[in-house]
Amino acid sequence: MSSWEPVIGLEVHAHLKTRTKMFCRCELEYGAPENTHTCPVCLAHPGALPVPNERAIEYTIKLGLALGCEISSHAVFARKNYFYPDLPKGYQISQYEQPLCGRGAFSVPGPEGDHVIGITRAHLEEDAAKTVHAGGATGRSVGADYSLVDFNRGGTPLLEIVTEPDINSADDADRFLRLLRQTIVELGISDAEMEKGTLRADVNVSVRPRGEDGFRPRWELKNMNSFTFIRRGIEAAVREQVAAYERGESLEQSTYDYDPDTDRLTVHRSKEEADDYRYFPEPDLVPVEPPAALVERLRGELPELPGARIARLTPELGYEPAYELVSTRNEPKAAALVEHGVDWRTAANVAMNQLASITPLPENVAGLAEIVKARDGLDRAAYTAAFAASATSAFDAQVTLAQTVTSDESALEPAIDAVLAANPQQVETFLGGKEGVLGFLVGQVMKETAGKADPKVVNRLLREKLKAKV
Amino acid sequence: MIDTLRLTAEEATRLLREREISSAELYAAYREAIDARDPELHCYLHVCDDDGGEGIPLAVKDVIGTKGIPTTAGSKILEGYLPVYDATVVERCKANGLRVLGKTNTDEFAMGSSTENSAYGPTRNPWNTSRVPGGSGGGSAAAVAAGLAPWALGSDTGGSIKQPAALCGNVGLRPTYGTVSRYGVVAFASSLDQVGPVARTVRDCALLYSILAGRDPCDSTTVDLPQPVALPERTDLTGVRVGVPVEFTDHEAIEPGVRDAVQAAIELARGLGAEVGECSLPRSLDYGLPCYYLIAPAEASSNLARYDGVRYGYRTANATDRLDMYKRTRDEGFGDEPKRRVLVGTYALSAGYYEAYYGQAQKVRTVLIREHAEAFERFDVLLTPTSPTVAFELGAKTADPIAMYLNDLLTIPSCMAGLPGLNVPAGLSDGLPVGVQLIGPQFSENTLFRVGHALETAIGFDPVPLPLRGGLLR
Amino acid sequence: MAIDREQLLHVAHLARLELRDDELERLGMQLNDIIDAVSKVSELDLSDVPPTSHPLDVVNVWAADEPRPCLTVEEALANAPEREGDYFKVPPGGAT
Ligand SMILES: [Mg+2]
Ligand SMILES: [Zn+2]
Repeated sequence: MSSWEPVIGLEVHAHLKTRTKMFCRCELEYGAPENTHTCPVCLAHPGALPVPNERAIEYTIKLGLALGCEISSHAVFARKNYFYPDLPKGYQISQYEQPLCGRGAFSVPGPEGDHVIGITRAHLEEDAAKTVHAGGATGRSVGADYSLVDFNRGGTPLLEIVTEPDINSADDADRFLRLLRQTIVELGISDAEMEKGTLRADVNVSVRPRGEDGFRPRWELKNMNSFTFIRRGIEAAVREQVAAYERGESLEQSTYDYDPDTDRLTVHRSKEEADDYRYFPEPDLVPVEPPAALVERLRGELPELPGARIARLTPELGYEPAYELVSTRNEPKAAALVEHGVDWRTAANVAMNQLASITPLPENVAGLAEIVKARDGLDRAAYTAAFAASATSAFDAQVTLAQTVTSDESALEPAIDAVLAANPQQVETFLGGKEGVLGFLVGQVMKETAGKADPKVVNRLLREKLKAKV
Repeated sequence: MIDTLRLTAEEATRLLREREISSAELYAAYREAIDARDPELHCYLHVCDDDGGEGIPLAVKDVIGTKGIPTTAGSKILEGYLPVYDATVVERCKANGLRVLGKTNTDEFAMGSSTENSAYGPTRNPWNTSRVPGGSGGGSAAAVAAGLAPWALGSDTGGSIKQPAALCGNVGLRPTYGTVSRYGVVAFASSLDQVGPVARTVRDCALLYSILAGRDPCDSTTVDLPQPVALPERTDLTGVRVGVPVEFTDHEAIEPGVRDAVQAAIELARGLGAEVGECSLPRSLDYGLPCYYLIAPAEASSNLARYDGVRYGYRTANATDRLDMYKRTRDEGFGDEPKRRVLVGTYALSAGYYEAYYGQAQKVRTVLIREHAEAFERFDVLLTPTSPTVAFELGAKTADPIAMYLNDLLTIPSCMAGLPGLNVPAGLSDGLPVGVQLIGPQFSENTLFRVGHALETAIGFDPVPLPLRGGLLR
Repeated sequence: MAIDREQLLHVAHLARLELRDDELERLGMQLNDIIDAVSKVSELDLSDVPPTSHPLDVVNVWAADEPRPCLTVEEALANAPEREGDYFKVPPGGAT
């Protein structure tokens, strides 16, 4: 284990899945022709005023409840002042000293048990518009001939979640982000798709010698939009920081861009030129004081969250399969089988494999469960076919259950002998110690018996007969 | 023959209703008056052509957005800007049978007390054309005084309705904050800006307020009136408790002529049956102005950030890059006063200074609110001079921003507290109008109208400017 | 002096105002006078007084998430100083 400990905090931004923008009622539509979804408010015409989106406020409270946050009794919108062509008012309406969701804790199950990540805050703000850099060689801001602005996205409700620096590895960061993403998606408040830019993260990374208290200067990796790049960006930052400290250098707090092509970090902006955002309470809006009845209603609407479900299933399945089952969202299918007497391990296996792209009709689940329980005694082809059929009304469990295989040893012996006689080379190979070839021989016997043999029995008989040849 | 110098909106409404005059004749009468007198007075930045519409004409201060009609806020940075929507107040006026006559001159972004900060040249006071009409709503006040509109919309942040009304001899209401929509009104200082009526009588003022007031779903900071607007009828003040804040009548900046006229109004109020008593608002007078000149510029620095040359308005020519575009557009587009306030406001909000300036000013604001609330435990309405002086000479204070700021000494404190204030003409001093300011608690407009109407009736002020009497200038 | 030349330039940069030399001189002096005057607020000890950011005592104003008509592209771009196609066009980034 390295003597350096990474210290990681995240700022996650998710577009909320409302119909309209945060402060005006322009309809949101991804990929619409440029500047077709604007109004005086989101173009910041003189005199236009913001009116908050009720659903966005509810979604934020819901997320806050899911993250165990304190819901503020008095939240205040603030103006964050800076100039940029995609920021039409010259300020972003955000929340600053009094966010809607205060401290919370988000429990992330892992192979070594739950890892609780502190949530600093979660607040509501508006997204910027989109600037396209045109001309020039790079398509980036620097070196472009001019820029073009499309205000369709400007004013999209944006949820910002800030964690404590409680994360100590790229793995943990990845696990947190994926679970957070799934939680957001399951709450129905955002599509949270990195590829579409509806989920983005800023990552703060520093390192310190294990056992050292306090924090060293951090590097902020801005606007990361892929799980892979986030992981690699963290690894690169840790690598470069450790190398610098080991060369005896000291580091400064800075903002970096991660270039996935070169796997290197380049300075985005150093702290000396840091902006002075001149935050102050937004005088065009009044405070939000979420009524207790609203908070309780939203709390009542929360489903059992993915983290809790992974934790519940880990004793049954082990962490990895539990995580896999929940994150692939096949868990309801497994649970349905379990309800009809299938054990969790088998049910999870079936749900993630045979049922990965099939959803049985509810009335077929009980019959399918019987088939799964009887699987070893059933004809393979019939067994396999039953899953696809379970999604249709043509499904008949009794027909499948009637197609049993033979486990009568005396009936199987002739077929086994014939296969051994026909495949002397494979027999040699097996006897030479390469037992992997057994599968081939089992397959041949199954073929010989047209799939009617019980593979377990075939397996055992083959071993016995081969051992006898030594 | 329509005498635009004396016709009230109330009377014009009756004449229209009874078909004694037509909308076209009414429009033509004001158009004729504008053509005759506005070249000298420069009340209007834009006059609308007769589009054949119906209704009582209304002058609209040029900070209020009018769809398809130029709206510049008195600034070069909005030269040529054509709003794509009507301000809610304009929508309401149109829906209530009013039509926009034109857009009136204003200090740039409503920042000023004389209308000399307009990028399009000053407006002159119809009572004496070498004098200012006050500001920022000098255009609206002078237009109403000179018979170039029966009434007008103004906007008031720290006195921009009340002070010009005082200097031009008309009635102006700054409503309770939150009762009139700001949607579509070019923002100066959002927590202070209020649109209100400018008229020739208190009843006209109340009538226009009844059209403007009420919650607007497009302005999150509006509320419905707790009770409907009542047009004042009574001419007595029996049972009304009138407080006179001593600091506001004794201040050294108050001219003797102003003091005398206000004193006479106080005596009249007593004579009409009011219970008059003294009270004190010491901190309001000492700290109101500095508090205002921190909060308003801070909000303005942010509100004026949208003028960046990207989506509308002026853009500098041949900018080399974005930063150059921003800086030169804003340097060339803004006049001195917006620049001063943007700089002061940016400074007051910047890292390291916020607590000492903006944060402290917000606390002072609490003090002002409390001090006024205390006074209203004993009084229904406070009576003070509106402006310490009568109209001053053009150019007298343009070189000295702080001297200019002092014009709003008496109007600012109640604005900071979100309270309504009504200017009523009290008489003349050296041939120039003096106004009294009536201040009430939140939502007390009906009381202000009652007191204003009673005083107005008793004073019998002739609102026609002396030079325009007897057709001298007509 | 409440505010020196360097501070004034910094504040002007934050506000994106290019100040010419004559403006720096004139506005700088006036700014100092204004800041001196408004500094009067610091005379009061208000450590126990809560700040007022708004004179209106109202909370929880919001609107239902129901779309309303947008501007047409032509309305949106009607006032644009410069456009390309249906985009607003601005000079390149350069140093910000
Ligand atoms: Mg943010
Ligand atoms: Zn919009």
